[in-house]
Amino acid sequence: MSVAVDVKTLVIDGQNVSARAGQTILEVARENKIDIPTLCHLDGLGDVGACRLCLVEIKGTNKLLPACVATVEEGMEVETATDRLKKHRKTILELLFAERNHICSVCVANGHCELQALGQQQGLTHVRLPYRNPELTVDASHERFTLDHNRCILCTRCVRVCAEIEGAHVWDVMGRGINSSVITDLNDPWGSSSCTRCGKCVQVCPTGALFDKSKVGSDHPKYPDFLPWLNLMREAQ
Amino acid sequence: MSKLKLATVWLDGCSGCHMSFLDMDERLIELAALVDVVYSPIVDTKEFPDEVDIALVEGAVASVDDEKKIKKIRAHAKLLIAMGDCAVAGNVPSMRNPIGPEAILERAYIENADVQQQIPCVVVPKLLRVVRPIHEFVKVDVFLPGCPPSADTFHAALTALITGEPLDIPALTRFGA
Repeated sequence: MSVAVDVKTLVIDGQNVSARAGQTILEVARENKIDIPTLCHLDGLGDVGACRLCLVEIKGTNKLLPACVATVEEGMEVETATDRLKKHRKTILELLFAERNHICSVCVANGHCELQALGQQQGLTHVRLPYRNPELTVDASHERFTLDHNRCILCTRCVRVCAEIEGAHVWDVMGRGINSSVITDLNDPWGSSSCTRCGKCVQVCPTGALFDKSKVGSDHPKYPDFLPWLNLMREAQ
Repeated sequence: MSKLKLATVWLDGCSGCHMSFLDMDERLIELAALVDVVYSPIVDTKEFPDEVDIALVEGAVASVDDEKKIKKIRAHAKLLIAMGDCAVAGNVPSMRNPIGPEAILERAYIENADVQQQIPCVVVPKLLRVVRPIHEFVKVDVFLPGCPPSADTFHAALTALITGEPLDIPALTRFGA
């Protein structure tokens, strides 16, 4: 006996689309070739709606909803690229650039950075906000990897991949608001933490915050696309 | 039509943007037919002229002298272009901001000096506490990010600005390019 699929129909950017109940707006949009920019989202990881780049407008509500966690509903009318959203996305990126010391020209991730690429894609030519220039540390205690807090945007991809996929939960977030930072164990040096040295956090990091020591000063592309495949293989077992 | 007056200025940067500008090579000859370079590190004029049509500014504002210069440039230039990441975003010169100018001077002139250990206090201008992009001091008309912007970027941007054609900067360059 087959189970009936609960289908929802909705409109995204004027296009009629159908989805399964429980799917997120982001999933459905991308299935229909409508691109919504994202930064903290990564295929294969749970979503937290941290970066707010995927905010969309929904007819009938004044609130902007993050498409990565908002689920589809029957008759929903979604707009993904209004002037208001574009303005907010640009401002979010400017806030990220101004918050810490992102010096693209001397970053190991220059040319392979999702923040840098999104800035260009969203038409950012300068940051209107004053730079904060905080004094932040670099943890090079690990034998293979380095953590540079100057480049961290607190997307928590490292935290999620370590907990959800590796099952080690070495990474977490410490502090509140502007004083938040990612930590290993209970704010111990990465090199003497319970890290399993798998390197998944480095591959999913969208910026130069986590990088492989052997690649310093050279091209540092990352390959986060292993994640959906890994999940698929695990499900098959 | 009389030629446009072009100025290029070098504040706190490495001159790489000027090098990249010169990398336009033979295209500079076409450009010379459209503009007169009235002020630049590569020409002799010592004072910034009273009337300039396009001013290309390389470098961040790092000293009291830079601050004075950028205000003068703004007052006398019709179109002010922030050229490269230092002018646009602070970039490498701004890496001293978290630790302050004293620490930098101490390291350069005392700790790392073998003889004559002293921090210069005459002739050279006083450093500002923080290095900032030029748009935090004056209105900037066009932002051309890149470290440095490529010769092709310069050519496309200047051609568009001179001819009045539309200019899509993010299609040409980005931070760190």
